[in-house]
Amino acid sequence: MPDREGTPERRRGLPISRATAIGFATIATVLLLWYVLTSATGIIDRNRFPSPAQFLAALQQIISTGYAGGTLVEQTLQSLWLVTTGFLVAIAVGVPLGFAMGYDRRIEAFFNPVFLLLRPIPPLAWIPLAIVWLGLTDASKIMVIFVSAFVPSVINTFTGVRNVDRTLIEAARVHGAGRGRLVTEVYLPDALPMIFTGLRLSLQASWTTLVAAELVGAFLGLGRVLSIAYRDINTAMILVAMVVIAIAGALTTQLLALVERRVIRWRTL
Amino acid sequence: MSRMSLIPYSLAGLVLFFGLWQGVVSVGLVSAFVLPPPLDVIERIWTMMNRPFAGFLLHEHLASSFMRFFYGFALAATIGIPVGLMMGRFRLFEEIITPLFEGYRYVAPLAWVPFAALWFGTGIGGPIMVIFTGAFAPCVINAYRGARLVDRHLIEAAQTHGAGEFRIAREVLLPGALPSIVAGLRISAGLGWQSLIGAELIVVSSGIGYVMVQGQSNLSPSIVMSAMIVIGFTGLVIDYVLRFAEARVRAKWGGA
Repeated sequence: MPDREGTPERRRGLPISRATAIGFATIATVLLLWYVLTSATGIIDRNRFPSPAQFLAALQQIISTGYAGGTLVEQTLQSLWLVTTGFLVAIAVGVPLGFAMGYDRRIEAFFNPVFLLLRPIPPLAWIPLAIVWLGLTDASKIMVIFVSAFVPSVINTFTGVRNVDRTLIEAARVHGAGRGRLVTEVYLPDALPMIFTGLRLSLQASWTTLVAAELVGAFLGLGRVLSIAYRDINTAMILVAMVVIAIAGALTTQLLALVERRVIRWRTL
Repeated sequence: MSRMSLIPYSLAGLVLFFGLWQGVVSVGLVSAFVLPPPLDVIERIWTMMNRPFAGFLLHEHLASSFMRFFYGFALAATIGIPVGLMMGRFRLFEEIITPLFEGYRYVAPLAWVPFAALWFGTGIGGPIMVIFTGAFAPCVINAYRGARLVDRHLIEAAQTHGAGEFRIAREVLLPGALPSIVAGLRISAGLGWQSLIGAELIVVSSGIGYVMVQGQSNLSPSIVMSAMIVIGFTGLVIDYVLRFAEARVRAKWGGA
């Protein structure tokens, strides 16, 4: 959430801002409440939610001896590799397609009706078809991630290119810019922020879809950890998997934001 | 270039899509079993509407999915919108909620399926919780943004005239934030509908998602593809209804 504009964030020489302090206090309260409700009083049963100690024990177990067919590192790497591959293949196809559709109305007219037919089908609904066609393989997961990450990257690239300032294009034309220079020096820099918005949405969609696909059926991966933990009613391990999925999602999003800052700084120099 | 002159391109795209779909099967590149041609899928939908599959007719499965969706979506809206409005109105509340909300947002909605099933079962409670976790975030974010767009002077004017917090919320904050809220509801509905399908694929044993699971274990692409079409069509109808509501709200309260 953005900070309120115009309010002093640091007052009376406090080392941290008010929002950060309250944030820490909230998290501390939640952790304390978690301890009190589980370990201290036992109000919440371990079959409903684990205690902090059980959570740490489960984390210890999956790191050292492993769970559901692999250690934490192996399970995370498996999920990470599928997300990265599916995401990269999707944007390698989606961004150029969206670009072409934004650049030329004939290309848009050609692809748009088919796109409109396929778009309402939620990505998760492709999971059973991928399994029927490709089995419980890595390929079937990459196919589903592709479908989910493809749509946002096409739509946002298309919108970004379509909204490029007309006067900018005309000005470049008047000064004799050819098609190639027009694309690299007018369209691309102007559309970049929107393209990256699309990439961020694509990445989020990739994680959501991967977790679902691995829950439906997989031999390795964080979603597999979740489903085995659910079968064993091991709530501590469910929580471990959820936390690791959240952290992995947050880290890849941060990485993408880093790339975005680099690219945009380089393009606008 | 006029719109009319683009129509041939659109037609060419559609013809090529359906032509390829039908063609690869007719030529024998892919068997009709693996990739049922378009008409076979339509025929299958018709059959499943008249003969029960996995215990029920196709539209009965759809109705049970839709009821779950409706409850989960309504719950997300009734909790999410007030939370978002309060975050926009009270700074302390915003600062307390934000770290929790940011943490929750990074957990993929479907990762809640195991806890949802353990806490509320796989009948109606669990799926509702999964839809809730999918649909909650846009409700909160858009209500918050909408509330922040409300002119502070209006709130102060209401206060000087002796309006209590509840009246301010109902008569100043809510109308001002409404265009943004309705836009958020559309996003929520899409995410909620997709989360429900995910939940039904994983743990639930009825509904349109379950039809797909059965089709998958029968190794029948035509059943799976029929369900996909029905799911996509339903999502389209939900979106259309909310789009209509959005246009009405914008016409009455102005766009944001």
